[in-house]
Amino acid sequence: MLALEFPKMYEILVWKNLFDGVGFNKIAIIACLATVLSSVLFILATRKDTTEAPRGARNLAEVVVDFIENSVIAQTMGSDKESMKWTPFLLTLFLFIYLCNVPGIIPFFQMPATARMAVPMFLALLIWVVFNATGIKHQGVGGYFKSVLFPPGVPKALYILVTPIELISVFLVRPFSLAVRLFANMLAGHILLVTFALLSEALFQAKDKVLIPVGILPFFMLVFLTSFEVLVAFLQAYIFAMLAAVYISGAAHPEH
Amino acid sequence: MEAIARLIAAEAAATTEATSTGDGLTALGAGLAYGFAAIGPALGIGNLVGKSVEAMARQPEAAGMVRTTMFLGIAFTEALALIGFVVFILLKFA
Repeated sequence: MLALEFPKMYEILVWKNLFDGVGFNKIAIIACLATVLSSVLFILATRKDTTEAPRGARNLAEVVVDFIENSVIAQTMGSDKESMKWTPFLLTLFLFIYLCNVPGIIPFFQMPATARMAVPMFLALLIWVVFNATGIKHQGVGGYFKSVLFPPGVPKALYILVTPIELISVFLVRPFSLAVRLFANMLAGHILLVTFALLSEALFQAKDKVLIPVGILPFFMLVFLTSFEVLVAFLQAYIFAMLAAVYISGAAHPEH
Repeated sequence: MEAIARLIAAEAAATTEATSTGDGLTALGAGLAYGFAAIGPALGIGNLVGKSVEAMARQPEAAGMVRTTMFLGIAFTEALALIGFVVFILLKFA
């Protein structure tokens, strides 16, 4: 009666290529737009005269930089000069993820770019390479692997247990959970929005007139979830940047 | 009432039409996978946030630090539920 069939997974996730033979679709457009938008923001911000009080793009850019420095780096890596050198990297990471997440609720885009595994997987592998490289740079190859696999202060006999656990958790579970966390959060949000949008559409167009007012319930849920996704888009970008900072700082300054 | 009864009947007819036992078991497994995976993280996050609120109420000047640590803890705890969600997606749609 309701003729309500949830669409197949590929119908809500896989987008058509815009040009024949070139794998360039909506996801790629969103990712490109995220890059262009964040670049434009900071180019505009640096062009302004520094003597006047910050306004417009410069003000926004300052808020974002301040957020990364105070809420991400100072809280996880410490507020010394050495840690603040990571600001550009974490800032780019945060802005890119945020601008990839937000199209999930913008009309006509309606798709977070991070809900396809390729984007979060690439970002997680990037973090994996960066934190391992940082560890090797700061402690040397032997020193880094020694401090990761044989953490000091553990009784010798326990290394039989600790070393395999550390090996798996640092080199396999970290990138995996980093990617899956971002991907699954955005995918779950997208599926929820699709579900409630479909449900309200089907109820509003139901043949039985009794069912039409019931459609208000899923519609309210849709509005509520859309505002919830605003929060999730920000929170996931924040958590990703923060975990990246924690991993990098853990590799740079080992526990004594 | 009549409309709802008809709705249920139609749903029942639609579900019995084109589902084999294997499909049904997969759907059941998918639902259970997510349901069970959500229990632990739900308890964990509830406990974590409750304790964090308690800490922030006791010592408001440490609120910033507690909040950061809380988000980190949530991120780690939540990962288990999300892996369950991915299993659900794989069972249901892959």
